[in-house]
Amino acid sequence: MNDTTAVTRNEASRTDAATRNEAGQRSDAALMPPVDVIEDSAGITLRADLPGVPKEKLKLQVEAGTLTIEGEVSIAMPESMEATYAEVSVPRFRRVFTLSKELDTGKVSAELKHGVLSLRIPKAEHAQPRRIDIKVS
Amino acid sequence: MYRALFARDVFAELDRMQREMQEAFDLSPSIRGIGRGGFPALNVGGTAQSVEIYAFAPGLDPAAMEVNLDRGLLTIAGERTPDLPSGDDEKAAVHINERFSGRFRRVVSLSDDVDPNTVSADYRDGVLHVHVKRHQSAQPRRIAVQ
Repeated sequence: MNDTTAVTRNEASRTDAATRNEAGQRSDAALMPPVDVIEDSAGITLRADLPGVPKEKLKLQVEAGTLTIEGEVSIAMPESMEATYAEVSVPRFRRVFTLSKELDTGKVSAELKHGVLSLRIPKAEHAQPRRIDIKVS
Repeated sequence: MYRALFARDVFAELDRMQREMQEAFDLSPSIRGIGRGGFPALNVGGTAQSVEIYAFAPGLDPAAMEVNLDRGLLTIAGERTPDLPSGDDEKAAVHINERFSGRFRRVVSLSDDVDPNTVSADYRDGVLHVHVKRHQSAQPRRIAVQ
């Protein structure tokens, strides 16, 4: 029950954000952060490079089997600064992944350190490999 | 066999193609090569008093980073160690491996009016910010008419 409400609320806020964006300046463009995805027997580890994204500006969302990573770059700059050369031209990162059923989205843990996001998504209990003991009678 | 027909990540491939196109049409290549697409990505800006360089270099140990300013050349160098499994877990599989690892070095030539004695650098959220002041004499001054 709780899950359903959470999802509905997420959806509502997302629509809000979309409308706001359309009304305001175009802020839809985003960079795709490079990631590493490693799977082991107990789960999946995802690392994403999100330089310049502070913890408060990082949004992680799991919804209907998709994982969305969204982050806004926030760097303190002198007010009168004029950019002369830019390789990072959009101050936003976004990437969406489709999750598979055996992943336990309720137990995702995330850590952000020096601009690298580490996500750990464990596999559901029933999907983990189990060794079956053979009893000898 | 089918694997080869489909790119591992279509969007990553498109992104790479777009980058290469941009490089091909970049009409102002520097003498030190085209930096775009390298690691770390650089943004450079300036004010009347200073030059600001931002290097997007996440996941580094600030102590192991080398930042040098020598005769107007700012060098940012270091190494990023791969976080991939070392092979002791047989079951571990790498599905996507896009993050840069290895040694890197990027060089920016700064304008002549910077004062190399005033350079400072800080590392926050994976962004290295180098701040160099311009020479006092090079700064715009209002001249009083007598």
